Amino acid sequence: MLEIKNLTAKAGDKEILTGISLTVKAGEVHAIMGPNGSGKSTLAQVLAGHPSYEVTGGSVTFLGQDLLALEPEKRAQAGVFLAFQYPVEIAGVTNAYFLRAAFNEQRKARGEEEVDPIDFIDLLEEKLKIVEWGPEIMQRAVNFGFSGGEKKRNEILQMAVLSPKLAILDETDSGLDIDALRIVANGVNKLQRPDAATIVVTHYQRLLDHVVPDFVHVLAGGRIVKSGGKELALELEARGYEWLEDSAIAGARA
Amino acid sequence: MTLATRERLPAPLPDAAPTWLASRRAAALQHFTEVGFPNTRQEAWRFTDISPIANAAFTPASAATLTPGAIAPYVFGSDEGVRLVFVNGHYDAALSLTPTLPAGVAVLPLSAALADPAHAKRIEKHLGALADITTDPFIALNTSYATEGAYLFVPNGIDLGSNVHLLFVTARGAAGTVAHPRNLIILEDGARAEVVEQFVGLDDGAYFVNPVTESVVGANAELVHYKVQREGLGAWHVGALAARQARDARYYGFSAAIGSAIGRTDIRTVFAGPGGEAVLNGLYLVRGDQLIDHHTRIEHREPNCASRELYKGVLDGRGHAVFNGQVYVTPEAQKTDGKQTNRNLVLSNGARVDTKPELEIFADDVKCTHGATVGRLEKMSLFYLESRGIGPTLATRMLTYAFAAEVLSSLSIPPVRTQLEALLGEWLG
Repeated sequence: MLEIKNLTAKAGDKEILTGISLTVKAGEVHAIMGPNGSGKSTLAQVLAGHPSYEVTGGSVTFLGQDLLALEPEKRAQAGVFLAFQYPVEIAGVTNAYFLRAAFNEQRKARGEEEVDPIDFIDLLEEKLKIVEWGPEIMQRAVNFGFSGGEKKRNEILQMAVLSPKLAILDETDSGLDIDALRIVANGVNKLQRPDAATIVVTHYQRLLDHVVPDFVHVLAGGRIVKSGGKELALELEARGYEWLEDSAIAGARA
Repeated sequence: MTLATRERLPAPLPDAAPTWLASRRAAALQHFTEVGFPNTRQEAWRFTDISPIANAAFTPASAATLTPGAIAPYVFGSDEGVRLVFVNGHYDAALSLTPTLPAGVAVLPLSAALADPAHAKRIEKHLGALADITTDPFIALNTSYATEGAYLFVPNGIDLGSNVHLLFVTARGAAGTVAHPRNLIILEDGARAEVVEQFVGLDDGAYFVNPVTESVVGANAELVHYKVQREGLGAWHVGALAARQARDARYYGFSAAIGSAIGRTDIRTVFAGPGGEAVLNGLYLVRGDQLIDHHTRIEHREPNCASRELYKGVLDGRGHAVFNGQVYVTPEAQKTDGKQTNRNLVLSNGARVDTKPELEIFADDVKCTHGATVGRLEKMSLFYLESRGIGPTLATRMLTYAFAAEVLSSLSIPPVRTQLEALLGEWLG
């Protein structure tokens, strides 16, 4: 489904991704872990087409398409969804209007008919249950004045409505209390499908207690320094990242 | 040669014009002849070059007959209370809507009000008392030549109950003409009214509209006063609104400007008693080669008054917006609470904004803030929408709509809000 080959990217003059290669198949859950500054959020944002980063080399193929050649909205229409680490507040646009616009733009791109507001409400009702919300949230401006937890739940709600083929969760667990973490994790689990994949970018192991990954990759210095199964996350929890960073530096020297 | 010397003097108003009116007009014309049109060397006109108006020749606009269908796009349907329609500056009774109003309330063309002794007395007292001919040559010009307009009187303690729509239409083929509508709104103590002045043009000819409205707001009275300027894109519109608020009076103003090649509105309100409240909000949408200018002045002359001002503008093409917001606080006006904000969203490289808050504060115990911004859409907001599959065109439209609609949410007359939201949507395309 997703094939990343030797991807390099920079922000300004700073090289952040130094050569990432990763293959994700349908139905899989991949966790990307790593210390602050390792490039894991950058990887998530580069895949979504964030304008602050410049890809300097490598390739990304998504369902046979050159993902890097697509504008951000085309990537979304192709089925890529990024749950933002810092969801953006959009004053003056209601959640209902925003979500319906996004939903319909994606349908139009697939050559499907737009859904009218009444039918959309029916669809929403079901999706709201996934994040344990009532309909009131839909009349609030997108993320505007939302608490940190509400913003993350809103990302999962959007993901539920848009049902992407590849969901990338960028530190969706950071800043969440236990209840919010449970709601977010349940949402992610409910939304997993055999034909869709999930990449969970996280600093901590705790989300992975709820969303169990098939593969864990550790980033350091802008590349993957170690990959393994879910037990790697537990090892990282116990030992920290330093031993891997040291070996990464050693590897770079060698 | 100026417009004033070239323009033929209109017929006196009404047949036997009262001598006080004749002498006020003569004094205004005398003043205008002395000072002439303003130019960009004068501070208040620094960014607004009105030389196309000064250099043009105008004749007074003559009456034209319009069908109800011609004004249908501009009326408020079943939500409309009273409607006075003026075509090319002339009152059109057939297009107007004058239901029965509470006892003592008058909504009349100015000429008819002057024919009534009681109203004539009030007009004599107030006409020209608030709109000062010496502060603005265009007020002098209007005072010299005004022949018609709306007169609104609400007696003590009465709520007019339904909104009043003053619709000033310029018919097709009016290029080269000028109209000087003159309106007077008098709310006695405890009275309330909602007034919408709407200016529309049915073609894009180079006509000129020069309106002036004076509003006398009595103690504890409340005036909701909106102006919607949607002249034709070839038109020139230079007008003034002047209000005076007695003790505890509320003035809720809104100025929307979408039309005209050059559009300028000067708004001034004076707190003449303590405890008053003024809200001056506005929205301008500027594109092509349009120039839209708002000059506002809030005079805090008494203690414990509050003023709130939010003007928002969206600019595209080579549009040019000017905003100047004066807040003047005298030494007596302690406990003044003033907040002024002007925010501009620029969509193109060719657009220009000149914004200037001017706070002059002579009292020491006041709370006054101001802020002005000129900016583009936030890149992160655009990316957020794009990352959900919404392309840049729709994303820009959604964010721009949201930016502008915020200030429309303050409108308390529902059909005006609905109309302006629709106009904003149309403007964004």
